[in-house]
Amino acid sequence: MKKSLKRINNIASVLLSSSLIRLPLITAALLFFLIQPGSAKDYGDAFVVGSIGDARTLVPILASDSASADVCAMIFNGLVKYDKDIRLVGDLAENWVIEEGGLVITFFLKKDIYWHDGVPFSARDVEFTYQKLIDPEVRTPYSSDFERIERLEVVDDYTVRVTYKEAFAPALASWAMNILPRHLLEREDLNNTDFSRHPIGTGPYKFKSWRTQEKIELISNKDYFEKRPYIDRYIYRIIPDQATLFLELQTQGVDSSGLTPLQYQRQTETEYFRNNYRKFRLPSFGYTYLGYNLNNPKFKDKRVRQALNYAVDKEEIIKIVLLGLGKVATGPFVDESWAYNHSVKSCAYDPHKARQLLSQAGWIDTDKDGWLDKEGEVFEFTVVTNQGNEARIKTLQIIQRRLKEIGIKVNIEVIEWSVFVSEFIDKRNFEAVLLGWSLSRDPDCYDIWHSSKTKEGEFNFVGYRNPQVDDLIVKARKTFDQTQRSKYYNQIHEIIYEQQPYMFLYVPDGLSVVQRRFKGIKPAALGIGYNFIDWWVEKSEQRYKIKLER
Amino acid sequence: MLNYILKRILGIIPIVLGITLISFTIIHLAPGKPAVIEEAMSQRVSLEVRQRLEKLYGLDKPLHIQYLHWVKRIIFLDFGNSITDSRPVIEKIMERIPVTLTINLLSLSLILLVAIPLGVKSALRPGGVFDKFTTLFVFVGFAMPSFWLALLLMQFFAIKLGWLPISGIKSLDFEYFSISQKIFDLGRHLILPVLVSSLGGLAGISRYMRSNMIEALKQPYIYTARAKGLTQRDIVYKHALRNAILPIVTILGLSIPGLLGGSVIFESIFALPGVGELFYKAVMMRDYNLIMASVVLGAVLTMMGNLIADISYAYIDPRISYHN
Repeated sequence: MKKSLKRINNIASVLLSSSLIRLPLITAALLFFLIQPGSAKDYGDAFVVGSIGDARTLVPILASDSASADVCAMIFNGLVKYDKDIRLVGDLAENWVIEEGGLVITFFLKKDIYWHDGVPFSARDVEFTYQKLIDPEVRTPYSSDFERIERLEVVDDYTVRVTYKEAFAPALASWAMNILPRHLLEREDLNNTDFSRHPIGTGPYKFKSWRTQEKIELISNKDYFEKRPYIDRYIYRIIPDQATLFLELQTQGVDSSGLTPLQYQRQTETEYFRNNYRKFRLPSFGYTYLGYNLNNPKFKDKRVRQALNYAVDKEEIIKIVLLGLGKVATGPFVDESWAYNHSVKSCAYDPHKARQLLSQAGWIDTDKDGWLDKEGEVFEFTVVTNQGNEARIKTLQIIQRRLKEIGIKVNIEVIEWSVFVSEFIDKRNFEAVLLGWSLSRDPDCYDIWHSSKTKEGEFNFVGYRNPQVDDLIVKARKTFDQTQRSKYYNQIHEIIYEQQPYMFLYVPDGLSVVQRRFKGIKPAALGIGYNFIDWWVEKSEQRYKIKLER
Repeated sequence: MLNYILKRILGIIPIVLGITLISFTIIHLAPGKPAVIEEAMSQRVSLEVRQRLEKLYGLDKPLHIQYLHWVKRIIFLDFGNSITDSRPVIEKIMERIPVTLTINLLSLSLILLVAIPLGVKSALRPGGVFDKFTTLFVFVGFAMPSFWLALLLMQFFAIKLGWLPISGIKSLDFEYFSISQKIFDLGRHLILPVLVSSLGGLAGISRYMRSNMIEALKQPYIYTARAKGLTQRDIVYKHALRNAILPIVTILGLSIPGLLGGSVIFESIFALPGVGELFYKAVMMRDYNLIMASVVLGAVLTMMGNLIADISYAYIDPRISYHN
């Protein structure tokens, strides 16, 4: 813009000083510059993102892996979505009203939205998606939230009224679920449809092609209801090996990828990377913890769990394992969430206090062999974790050493994921586990902390039972008012940290790079991808210049 | 001959069935359940949902029933659908085969082209400078971890020199290329993978060739040939080579299943959409239908390879015949 203004200035001065004979020509030139449309943002180019895994299916209600979810997010829309500050705003819905204390939610849909094949989007599509979500024959993992619905009525083409069996605050967020086109899938078996590899959505990008385990290519939807995205092509390139992916960054075979802490801190600190890539470090929505089996007599005493917490230096773990790229976790919520209680502070590393608490609980080194004992038994336990996660294993080694210093023997067992889940976690066959939770944006934590969720295969596998927390969790999920709801969560946060059913360790940062030619990236609490349709590349810097047939 | 082949083919059927029965049992005995849902630990996926999904996939039935179901389908060559994405297993395997087959065929040809002359030349003067040098070279190639070599070559040819692409089998804009551009593009992408995968195979074939050749050169007919006054060239390439190459034919027959077997590490490093990665993931996710399909494929190919080796023997070596 500035550039063309300057040009106009120059032309103006030429115009004043030159003879009148050349006037018509100059006027034409002036007009040309004034109406030149490209002066703001240019369209074109491709964004190539490297991923280590291929998508599995592009039927969004069946997709449970992150690769599928990433691609579906570009093709489809939900009724609502999170904005950059993690607040729910309308997506396909213009707005909504919540009535009868949260029992009824009425969505008013945006008009003039079209599926990629030109058919108008309507309330019937929402109804259809709902029917598929609760259909017992459909292999969707997301039915739970929708089974709470008593009935869903289509009031008119652009109004949907959802009545719940009981008030359920996370319900609104559950409508971020991607909506499917009824006209294409009505007669299809959703489990077994060609649509899963040729999807049609309402989103900013249209599906173009999918070469299994190589790439998925999308092209921009010119008629997207928000606006036409500036980047013409979105290419999801699959490179299963981290090392290769990193080499690809060095020849710009990919424009963006995630990084490991080592790559972020050391390997990208070069002239080349500084000139060509912009690095991003954003908090991830999850935390890593050491969970105790609370049914094990060793961990029944709260003082023991608190002592262990004092004996492990979390800052040290972050410094060594994450090279400083993370934060200490203090409870079941993360910093970015409105449910987080900022008054809960992680206790400082204090081995002295740890020993004190342990001796109060009866663990003393009576035979002076360096290990604490009680009733003739040495304090020893085994922590299991899953294979393939280096950070977890390193973390455990640090914990092992720190606990050895106060006289507790820790053994480490690393087990393949599928066996780990089915034989150890589901069956409660462990003393302690090292694991991580990735959290949804809604803070409802019923499944992890409510005492009713301790059966085999359920997620409160540490066996945490606290009537007060149970009560607060239930109250919170029935309260729609965020201020009131956050009060409940603040209390939950405080109680759980005090009781230490988990030793909360760290919240790792999400690390990534994006090629510098992409402009308009504005990091926010939600990450960087939320405004992808605003990203753009100047014409002169565009790398991929294939003419697209649309 | 025809009789013999027919008998052998019929003999394959019970063996394959036996193999599948054993594999089926072992896979199911292994701890761990199919990852019906990748995020088995996702809060959004409740226990009820997981149980319902297992039922939908028929995983709640007793083992022998599951096996019988499987055999019933297999008679009609229906290998079932994959658990991970519900696509037919056959379709998933078929889309991976071209890449794996191309690379393996190319690297096998390259191995033969290089290893046979190397072996022959070494055998002419065992213990000589050339022999020692090749021994060292092929063993270094054999011992070198392929992923490490691959990364080094990528670093050199792709990043330093910028001559070759790092990974993948086609460029991103492949669809928009002309035919000649496409061939050129494929070639560029194939150079490094074929090179790396051949290097490990050189050792085996060249060593076999060398020892067979040494053996052959000691035979009485070589003395006869020398006595007749034949040139060294005729002796080596006409008389000795034809005899020394027989065992290589066996090895080639046995490498037929290998042509369709990919390597996970290799394919991951080069980001190639081959069968190795597919089968590895199938095992990790306990995708039973896909694992069984790979077992059947491997078993059938191995036995076909054996058969082909035996038959080609009869053609190459007139002393061997399958008539009674």
